[in-house]
Amino acid sequence: MDGPDTTAEEQKAHNAGVIACWSCKGPVSLVIAFCETCGAVQPPGQANHFIRLGLERSFDVDVEGLDQHYFDMQRHLHPDRFATRSAQEKSLSQQQATAINDAYETLKEPLKRADYLVDLLGADALPEGCNLVNDQALLMETMELREALAECETAQQVDVLSTRAQNDIKGCIEKLSKLFKDGDIEGACRLKTRLRYLKKLTEETRIQQMKLV
Amino acid sequence: MANLLQIHEPGESPTPHSGDTHLAIGIDLGTTNSVVAVSSKNKPEVLRDEDGKALVPSVIAYAPDGSFIVGGLARNLFLERPECVVGSVKRLMGRGVEDVKSLAGVLPFDIEPQAEGESGMVRLNVAGHKLTPVKISGDILSALKERAEEHLGHVVDQAVITVPAYFDDGARTATKDAAKLAGIEVLRLVNEPTAAALAYGLDKGAEGTYAVYDLGGGTFDVSILRMEKGIFQVLATGGDAALGGDDFDHAIAEHFLKERVKGKLNTSDVKMALMTARLAKECLSDENSGEWSLEIGNDTSRHKLDRTTFNALINPLVEHTIDICKTVTEDANLLPSEIKGVVLVGGSTRIPLVREKVSKLFGKDPLSDINPDEVVAVGAALQAEALTVGSDTLLLDVTPLSLGIETMGGMVEKIIPRNTPIPVAKAQEFTTYTDGQTAMAVHAIQGEREMVEDNRSLARFELLGIPPMTAGAARIRVTFSVDADGLLTVAATEDTTGIEAEVAVKPSYGINEEEMAEMLYDSMKYAKDDMEERLLAESRVEAGRNLNAVSAALTKDKHLLSEAQFVEIEAVVHQLEEVTKGIDRDAITEAAEQLEKATKDFAEKRMDQGIRSALRGVDVDALDEQASKG
Repeated sequence: MDGPDTTAEEQKAHNAGVIACWSCKGPVSLVIAFCETCGAVQPPGQANHFIRLGLERSFDVDVEGLDQHYFDMQRHLHPDRFATRSAQEKSLSQQQATAINDAYETLKEPLKRADYLVDLLGADALPEGCNLVNDQALLMETMELREALAECETAQQVDVLSTRAQNDIKGCIEKLSKLFKDGDIEGACRLKTRLRYLKKLTEETRIQQMKLV
Repeated sequence: MANLLQIHEPGESPTPHSGDTHLAIGIDLGTTNSVVAVSSKNKPEVLRDEDGKALVPSVIAYAPDGSFIVGGLARNLFLERPECVVGSVKRLMGRGVEDVKSLAGVLPFDIEPQAEGESGMVRLNVAGHKLTPVKISGDILSALKERAEEHLGHVVDQAVITVPAYFDDGARTATKDAAKLAGIEVLRLVNEPTAAALAYGLDKGAEGTYAVYDLGGGTFDVSILRMEKGIFQVLATGGDAALGGDDFDHAIAEHFLKERVKGKLNTSDVKMALMTARLAKECLSDENSGEWSLEIGNDTSRHKLDRTTFNALINPLVEHTIDICKTVTEDANLLPSEIKGVVLVGGSTRIPLVREKVSKLFGKDPLSDINPDEVVAVGAALQAEALTVGSDTLLLDVTPLSLGIETMGGMVEKIIPRNTPIPVAKAQEFTTYTDGQTAMAVHAIQGEREMVEDNRSLARFELLGIPPMTAGAARIRVTFSVDADGLLTVAATEDTTGIEAEVAVKPSYGINEEEMAEMLYDSMKYAKDDMEERLLAESRVEAGRNLNAVSAALTKDKHLLSEAQFVEIEAVVHQLEEVTKGIDRDAITEAAEQLEKATKDFAEKRMDQGIRSALRGVDVDALDEQASKG
């Protein structure tokens, strides 16, 4: 719980989802960014990334929509909007913008989003050993691709591998979407690992390409 | 009569004394030239001298008594009194001696040896004065500030200053310190390519994905931005903080010196050779060939140079910028053909070879319809207006370099990768490895390479005050935050006890706190009055915020008060409003405290009401139970 300094009154307010606005000292809901009474910016609080950006908790995120929500929030909360305000408001806006950036960076990218969705379930909800890499087929596939990449002598050969990896990534994301919908967390964790390896591989193809061009 | 209070819209804090707010300026503090611009009602204007010139050479000449002149006059003294004149100090901001580029083994600066207890930043000897690049930049900034004040007819104390996107933390901090010495409050450090994009977006209505190629006197940046409905989102950025027109000068000067009979050179000779090389470079952007003479000692030599040879001399450097463009485009997950337009910024983009290579890479003619020398200052001025007056546009920038810490074996562990949107904060957990350990050293690094030695050392932190525990039991959480200026701060707490560890920062190439204090003290321009004025302005902002909050609360919840209570609060509000108009800072603080006291009961009543309404319809016992479990 909170520190020993929390009074019973404060605790009660907290449980009711209400805190005191630091500026006008009146009640303000835990989840909103600006005090409804005096308009002062509030601390970012503990909301999860989906709630923070006003999105439904799901693996399927519409990237356009995500961008628009993100821009709307930053339009109001970015430190550039508080450049002439008091030190406290500057600091709170920085915290808000930091939290929004964190949420955006996490949800924008499918792999990070999948990791986050699994994290949100909590460690107890995870099937045993789901973070171990014991998928022989995956290990073989990765090793083969690595070898093929090392043997590439022209940029075109790298291109072929890179396109293949890109397609596999696309397929992975489509399957992940279905697994999350079906609540198959074990399957999602396995596929997440594959996605991670594929992403690593595309990075390596990029480096190889730079060397060859 | 009970309604005499001024009511403001929520969120719209009253600006006390809006009459005495001055226009904030935009400063492009360049390696070779600086430009100042100002914007009002979205109409930016570049400040010019009587001859219509906007460029102020970033060259400064010191007299033995410490007085100085900045600009063209100082540059004219370069050949006569090279020991008193210094230019291109931007290249030394946040840098150590080992970073200074020499010509034929001779440095173009008189470097002072590092004294005991001094920070690692390089120090120069100019006209017998021992000066840091921060002090010199501060003097240049105060001259620019003075010019702006003359032009605008009012005091200038706030500015947006642009920095190369690829500037590391040390160089950014140095720039902010320089502004402090000049008595300028930096509203924001804005990355140069981002400022240029803002100018293009607003003036030319550019929308879509654009690349900004910025090759200045000393630095190279390339940024890729998405510009859409007033949002300027940087997707990726890259560059080289030590590559620019100066390096082309170096290449030409080396070439000339090779053609001469070898003789021993001194610093003044090197400055002269670089000056001649610069003239040759500028000429060859328009002409196909030319001839220049170099007078060193009593020996004059003549040197022919044509554009083909010039191109060959600078080609490796231009190719390097093109490689960086490719990497940045890939970092943005784009192909060069997917970029709608390329904006050219910086004087060095006038060189035909540069234009040719940039058009070839992106497959389109680059844009330079806003003067490449002035566009950054225009963007800075627009942003200064946006920050002070308000705006619909917003710049969303990123970290140019990965931030990490040193781990075992001199390896770097990345904590915040490059191209992460700022502001950003990331935490990393550490533990102790001996019993009872109470301190820990952390080395912060900026750069992309795997080994510490290949990156830039930012600072070393000592975490002090860790509670003594057995080895491995402490959980020290170190949070690295990068703010909207791109500046790093570090905080640390021990998680099991909640004790905050103290972070002592030793910037590797910055100025330490004592040195800064001493310079501020020495700086006559930053007198006590300025300080007092700033504190007064701050307490007025705070009082305004407070008055706004109370007024909003009264509008909403006046019914919770008796008439007598209301009158009492109103009287204190009135008193605070009155003293805020005056200049007595202590009176403002005291009245603010009284207002706080007078509204304490009111605040409690409002919280009570708020909680009751939040709980309405909720099973209170269940909540109480939850609270006691908590």
